[in-house]
Amino acid sequence: MSHPNVLLQPLSELETLDFGGFAQRLEDHFARGQRLLSLFGSPSADPADSTPELHAVFVDREQGLIHFRGRRQGTQHYLSLTSEFPSLHCFEREIHEQYGLAMPGHPWLKPIRFEGTNLKRMNDYPFYKLKGKEVHEVGVGPIHAGVIEPGHFRFMCYGETVHHLEIHLGYQHRGAEALLRQASPRKIPPLIESIAGDTAVGYTLGFCRAWEALCGLTVRLEVEAIRSLGLELERVAMHLVGLSGLATDVAFLPGSSTYGRLRTSVINLSMRLCGSRFGRSWFRPGELRFPFNQSHKDDVRKTVQQVQTDIAIINNLFQKSKTVQHRLCTTGTVPTPLAQEIGLVGMAGRASGLSCDLRNELRGGAYAQHPIPLVVESTGDCWARGLIRIHEIDTSLNWIMQLLDTLPEVEAEPPPKAEPRPNCIVVSCEEGWRGEVMHCIQTDADGKVAHYKVQDPSLRNWFGLAQAVKNNAIYDFPICNKSFDLSYCGNDL
Amino acid sequence: MNLLDALKVRDSQGKQFVPDVRAANPVGFRGLPVITDTPCQQGCTECSDCCPTTAIQLQKFSLDLGRCVWCDECVRVCPKDKIAFTAGYRTASRTRDGLLVHEGRGLGPVEASEAIRKIFGRSLKLRSVSAGGCNGCELEINAMANVNFDCGRYGIDIVASPRHADGLILSGPISANMAEALELCYEGMPDPKVVIAVGACAISGGIFEPSPALDRSFLGRFAPDLYVAGCPPHPLSIVNGILDLMGHTDGRW
Ligand code: SF4
Ligand code: SF4
Repeated sequence: MSHPNVLLQPLSELETLDFGGFAQRLEDHFARGQRLLSLFGSPSADPADSTPELHAVFVDREQGLIHFRGRRQGTQHYLSLTSEFPSLHCFEREIHEQYGLAMPGHPWLKPIRFEGTNLKRMNDYPFYKLKGKEVHEVGVGPIHAGVIEPGHFRFMCYGETVHHLEIHLGYQHRGAEALLRQASPRKIPPLIESIAGDTAVGYTLGFCRAWEALCGLTVRLEVEAIRSLGLELERVAMHLVGLSGLATDVAFLPGSSTYGRLRTSVINLSMRLCGSRFGRSWFRPGELRFPFNQSHKDDVRKTVQQVQTDIAIINNLFQKSKTVQHRLCTTGTVPTPLAQEIGLVGMAGRASGLSCDLRNELRGGAYAQHPIPLVVESTGDCWARGLIRIHEIDTSLNWIMQLLDTLPEVEAEPPPKAEPRPNCIVVSCEEGWRGEVMHCIQTDADGKVAHYKVQDPSLRNWFGLAQAVKNNAIYDFPICNKSFDLSYCGNDL
Repeated sequence: MNLLDALKVRDSQGKQFVPDVRAANPVGFRGLPVITDTPCQQGCTECSDCCPTTAIQLQKFSLDLGRCVWCDECVRVCPKDKIAFTAGYRTASRTRDGLLVHEGRGLGPVEASEAIRKIFGRSLKLRSVSAGGCNGCELEINAMANVNFDCGRYGIDIVASPRHADGLILSGPISANMAEALELCYEGMPDPKVVIAVGACAISGGIFEPSPALDRSFLGRFAPDLYVAGCPPHPLSIVNGILDLMGHTDGRW
């Protein structure tokens, strides 16, 4: 049974257009209101040609994933579409940085992560300049006050008001994609789990589906159910981290400690199910490593019920608290039209009124049998990004309880023999707790990995944070940042 | 006005801290491995072949915790059950070589440093730097200070400024793009200072070790005083390693 979150095609059947046709197709899909999942490059099949091939992937509720490719014809140029479709800005910048493809017309062609020839040139970042007698700049990072990944933020301020925030990333670049392209199949999963270790399950599930499609493997529905259980536990745990952090940043200590310890119960549950608090090594293609028996089921039920009881009590206090409301409401707003324009995805997108949720749009695996309600907030401020977590935690916990009602005991499944099909390309996507994680794997004539592309939702959402702090007071930046809770290493790869 | 609601939260919270981090029981944790002295199957190289970080040496069989990412592959491919993971969380060492697990022999205890005990025994303030860390180690370093593990009760704190720090707690494989900032931060800390490397990435490069986008020269110049193995290490592993280093004998509270 094919999974709607995956699209496998022989390379020979992948629809291929010239650059002109490619741009036209992009416009057509946008005009039809379809949602762009990714735009990325891959090396040209002709090693003498340095111009990359371009890939676009769209999501459509009915058709599922749509994937086509653009290739240079003769002396054709690719003309940047960012001015017309601002949500493309990061993709075009990435393609430019990775392949040196000229992007005439791109308004903001800055490095995404200082990789390749840009490596170690962090000090060359071309910051935007704001001029005026009383404007001033504040630079923060790469190292921040807390225990957090590095990144640099440059605020252009007038008084305490931020007029522009420039986010300069790349400090976390470890060359993950290059390693994935060289890795033996056994090494891919631990690498995948380490791209953004807070989304280990979200990343691994996408890889599993892509690899299973390539190798012609399928897994039982019960195995899919356990996978989604792992994914939802990860979502709940990371949303609790986010709420705890938000509470800390507004000095609301009961929230800080209670959400924090509730997260401990949830990740300790994951640990009892698979040995790791982060769900590492839980899932592998075609395989179920850890059986799920009645005692596990009882454990999940008991833990989830306890979390449900306790979180209701703290949620009540958190939402009623005037200090919390005062700091979060109307702070860091990204209104719906702006969110749409810049292409916010995942939780941050839903907090700004967009109904982007692959679990709901594509309904793959366990979500086909047990649909999960879409959670959307309309105000797009820090408060909405707090509330969306509260409601998504409730939704996920309810969903898990519902799943348990029909889930039998599930035996472990040994690893199957897996041989990827040669000359194929597969795209897969999964709704991780932050948003959609995409993988694209291409195989060569021997069935070896020829190209690996991976995309974290943060690549798109960092620009949302920059927009959110505009015209806000600089002291509200920490709560804006926490409310998005984006991944530095997911962006930097 | 919200007093009643606040009291309800306090009541639901109860006591959350681990009473004795020296004697905790993280049920289900895939922690410290043990290697039995069962002879290997003749000519078998399965475990070392499958290990993604070349952590296993077959001659004088050993498993290097400084490289291991706890992927569980080796255990699964072994026909002789030679390797098994336990819930043990004492995975720290003062030396790099001390992270090797051999047949029938786990890790030795972390020896207290008399110098460190004297200066920092009652208060150790650490500045965390993530240099390519995946946020796994970072979350566990953070968790060390939460209400459950509560390292503050032992005088261990994470501080914001390098100027306030007695040492560096490092995570991540040290990306080339972060190497300079890491060094600047370290230089900003007053002497004397300790270096604690947390996680496979920081210790050996871990899963990212072969990448040309790393620059690990910092560790060649400033050798860690403590290595805490894991991917990521459990907060208990970090707290216990530091307590040992500080010369704490008791973990009760
Ligand atoms: S668990 Fe550790 S030693 Fe075993 S294969 Fe994985 S990385 Fe290697
Ligand atoms: S050791 Fe593991 S958890 Fe820690 S930063 Fe590296 S990959 Fe992430």
